[in-house]
Amino acid sequence: MVNSKNENNSKNGEKKGYSFFFDRWWLLLFGVLAIIVLLVIFKPDPFRRIIIFVYDGIWVTIFTTVVSFVLVLIFGLAAGLGRISKNIILNGMATIYVELVRGIPLLVQLMFWYFAFPSVIQEVGNAFAISSFATYRANPFLMAILGLTFCYSAYMSEVYRAGIQSISKGQMEAARSLGMNYFQSMRFIILPQAIRVILPPVGNEFITLLKDSSLVSVVAVADITRRGREFMAANFIPIQTWVMVALLYLVLTLFSARIVTWIERKTKLER
Amino acid sequence: MEPIIHINQIHKYFGHVHALRGVSLDIYKGEVVVVIGPSGSGKSTLLRCINRLEEFDQGQIVVDGITLDSAENINAVRTEVGMVFQQFNLFPHLSVLENVTLAQTVVRKRNPAEAKIIGMQLLEKVGIPEKAQVYPLQLSGGQQQRVAIARALAMNPKIMLFDEPTSALDPEMIQEVLDVMLALAREGMTMVVVSHEMGFARAAANRAILMDEGQIIEEAPPNVLFTNPTNERTKLFLSKVLL
Ligand SMILES: Nc1ncnc2c1ncn2[C@@H]1O[C@H](COP(=O)(O)OP(=O)(O)OP(=O)(O)O)[C@@H](O)[C@H]1O
Ligand SMILES: [Mg+2]
Repeated sequence: MVNSKNENNSKNGEKKGYSFFFDRWWLLLFGVLAIIVLLVIFKPDPFRRIIIFVYDGIWVTIFTTVVSFVLVLIFGLAAGLGRISKNIILNGMATIYVELVRGIPLLVQLMFWYFAFPSVIQEVGNAFAISSFATYRANPFLMAILGLTFCYSAYMSEVYRAGIQSISKGQMEAARSLGMNYFQSMRFIILPQAIRVILPPVGNEFITLLKDSSLVSVVAVADITRRGREFMAANFIPIQTWVMVALLYLVLTLFSARIVTWIERKTKLER
Repeated sequence: MEPIIHINQIHKYFGHVHALRGVSLDIYKGEVVVVIGPSGSGKSTLLRCINRLEEFDQGQIVVDGITLDSAENINAVRTEVGMVFQQFNLFPHLSVLENVTLAQTVVRKRNPAEAKIIGMQLLEKVGIPEKAQVYPLQLSGGQQQRVAIARALAMNPKIMLFDEPTSALDPEMIQEVLDVMLALAREGMTMVVVSHEMGFARAAANRAILMDEGQIIEEAPPNVLFTNPTNERTKLFLSKVLL
């Protein structure tokens, strides 16, 4: 829905200035921000206290999401290229990876990386007398980012695959017939065109990842959600706590959606 | 004299479709060969085998002394062989000039300034230097096809392959593309052209070849093939095309 609205706007020929950057969706974002500000000013107890308490969690959420997403962009491309590869081994590995990961809930995957994976390493350490393995302890951040990256790279590979396959076969043939090798053709011809196609779904993935990052709260990462739970446990005011947590997520997702749209329009206007 | 393209008994299958059934053909430097034949007869497949866009199942192709077997050889051959497609296949995200310079810098490792000079010369040669900064989709079909020819020429190929270069064009744009091809033929370029443009064939081609059902049925100078075909299938095909 967000996208179709923006398409209309750009078709109307709004090219520069405020109307280009600030459409009505910004109003929604500012509305949410205004509610937060009003709550903090007129009801500092508990809302100001909640914000102060979860503040560091906001940065944890942003950091976890952004780092994971950068990795997802890289590994997702690798997996996506594997999926369209004619090499049976590469293709098979990528396909198995994607199908397995997509069939397991993210929460279960995170549990595995945080609780089970370190135990596996410890067992291996014990079995082969590798002391650094035997005493291995999971770093929550690392495991959270690993878990999110592993899962979302599989989703992202499908986005890349669809984007690349949407470019006509003739483009690759023209590039190859000029003597470019596979990677040169991908880099200079196919990917630059595919990126324009996949920007909306990639933006979607980012926003979904941002929301799903709340699951890392169960593996000891002190993100917004976990800080909210801690606050609630100490103060017993669930309504106010979760309203504020929800508002904070809304600000992040609505803002991300604006940035995605902005990038989309910028790349469209380039030519 | 060694042929510049030597095709020996090649077979190509698409699943159960036997698209090429033992095609042999020698083409010499500077020759212009026009290939005609009904739809599905394997003309495109033959052309695409020459620069290995299509792999063949049996037989041998040698281009300018290079046998098409290893991946290295394929890229070597592809820099020697330019190809022009029915659907132009220009790169829509690059300007006309960038279309013509990209492979020069990436494959031929020319520096950008040199590539640009060569690119502009070629755009002048095909008659649209003023469109250098425009994007392909803003051009007419005929202009796009001329850019596609310039793009292929920028690699200094020894051979040019054309797969129905004018059949996606509006009638009034066909001649401007044929003129460019004719000029190229007069300069001595070795060309293999799949096209039913009889006028071009008569004016430019040394040989015309009729393909049917994956085989070469008849081969003669264009005037002879078009006016005095010996083979029944050639006669049948020409009677349909020349209506
Ligand atoms: N990629 C492919 N997959 C399966 N079959 C194919 C493929 N390409 C071509 N064929 C088949 O091979 C045969 C030869 O096709 P080809 O495209 O070479 O014919 P053509 O002479 O170029 O025809 P046209 O005049 O329609 O372009 C046809 O039967 C066609 O259906
Ligand atoms: Mg064809």
